Amino acid sequence: MKKRVPAIEGWFSLDTEKPHLLGSRCTSCKSYFFPKETLFCRNPGCAGREFEEVPLSRSGKVWSFTNNCYQPPPPYVSPDPFVPYAIAAVELEDEKMVVLGQVAAGTDASELKVGMPVELVLEKLFEDEECEYLVWKWKPVSQAEERSHV
Amino acid sequence: MSKEVAILGVGMHPWGKWGRNFVEYGIPACQDALKDAGIEWTDVQFVSGAETVRNGYPGFVSGATFAQALGWSGARVASSYAACASGATSMNAARAQILAGLCDVALVVGADTTPKGFLAPTSGDRPDDPDWLRFRLLGATNPTYFALYARRRMELYGATDKDFAKVKVKNSRHGLSNPNARYRKAFSEEQVLASPMVADPLRLLEICATSDGAAAVVLSSMEFARKRALDPVRVVAISTVTPKYPNTVIEMPNFATDSASSVPLPNAPFRDSIAAAAYEEAGIGPEELDLAEVYDLSSALELDWCEHIGLCKPGEAERLLNDGDTTIGGRIPVNPSGGLACFGEAVPAQAIAQVCELTWQLRGHAGERQVEGARVGLSVNQGLFGHGSAVIVRK
Repeated sequence: MKKRVPAIEGWFSLDTEKPHLLGSRCTSCKSYFFPKETLFCRNPGCAGREFEEVPLSRSGKVWSFTNNCYQPPPPYVSPDPFVPYAIAAVELEDEKMVVLGQVAAGTDASELKVGMPVELVLEKLFEDEECEYLVWKWKPVSQAEERSHV
Repeated sequence: MSKEVAILGVGMHPWGKWGRNFVEYGIPACQDALKDAGIEWTDVQFVSGAETVRNGYPGFVSGATFAQALGWSGARVASSYAACASGATSMNAARAQILAGLCDVALVVGADTTPKGFLAPTSGDRPDDPDWLRFRLLGATNPTYFALYARRRMELYGATDKDFAKVKVKNSRHGLSNPNARYRKAFSEEQVLASPMVADPLRLLEICATSDGAAAVVLSSMEFARKRALDPVRVVAISTVTPKYPNTVIEMPNFATDSASSVPLPNAPFRDSIAAAAYEEAGIGPEELDLAEVYDLSSALELDWCEHIGLCKPGEAERLLNDGDTTIGGRIPVNPSGGLACFGEAVPAQAIAQVCELTWQLRGHAGERQVEGARVGLSVNQGLFGHGSAVIVRK
């Protein structure tokens, strides 16, 4: 089996069961950032320069979505032949921010709705001879699972 | 002190796709603008270039590239980059020089040559660049973002794919007689809806192409224009605002919005604030506009812009479109030039081209696409990485 490695270091935890995006939070004004801000707080009213790494909520609600029907150009590494896939913008309630992600394999854009609950999963983005490169994706939460979250 | 400057001359090179050096497009646009202004190149004291990032070093220093190509004259020079808003930024640089009394006459130019297909990030591995990463990790092209806005419009306001197609139909008719337009073909709603889906719900005929093209304007002080007994179209506002934190709309090329968890939302979202700043500067409101050129990167986005510039309330742009208000002959024609639907996008030239169109319209020189009695016009666009762009001109 190929080694599974993140397609980018430090953007998400590698917990395969319950992965989280890893953001940062200003220790002064408590603003969240994703990807991580580590130098200067972007809140214009805050002079904070210290940040803590925080796992972001791993579930949220669809803000909008689309289906990529044409193959994106490099540096996207596309399977051959290209298979259309969905992308969702997802609102995280606690962080009050919207985060993009591909939608998990097997979910068609036609199954998505604005406001639909989704959760974070890790899936293969692409592979080479040695490794599978993982990325975060949004996956619709089935109603049964949703109840169990409550 | 008046904050107005005169538009002495405008010029464009037609939009198309030839793959030639961008200077070949820019020089004829400059020459046309100078001729239109009735001045010589050597009268220009300041050259303001909108940069292109797809044409190597000469593109980065476009102001100097054009100054050299026109023949070194000792004119002062600057080049600006603000993605699609570069044209507005370079016009604003020229305006500032004029209003500060540092020069009387400035030439502003933007020209581009674009590759075929999706605009892609600058080449090379650059994992610190969000524009590179969004392609790498998401495959999020520009149409991906346009589609997110379009889908949200459908879900929030009940817009339909037919509404979006009608925008393309309208603009394709507007641009039919425009000699600078790349696409001069009237499309029907059926043809638009039969074109291939690119980024659901947006189809190929609803997403602007990438084009080659160039536009130039000659700006001067009002005093310089008056000495020549001219009654020029005037620039009365240029907005180049950035967003206010937190910006909670997902923008190219970002992965996430700002967080609104600890700071309250600003009074107006970013896109609303772009035109609002121009209205404030001009001391007018949207009800005084006779026409608008808006950035229809997609058909659906034109509807968003109609609302962002205050032509109607959120959710009402479909009604405006379907009532014919935004068609030439209607209450407030939008994109009489044909817009990006007929031009495609030549990034650094786009905001300048919008002002060329407004100028022709206000002079009454727009031929078959003339908006009768146009006296006040607004153009609006936005460049990725937080660049607002709006210009108000009046007669």
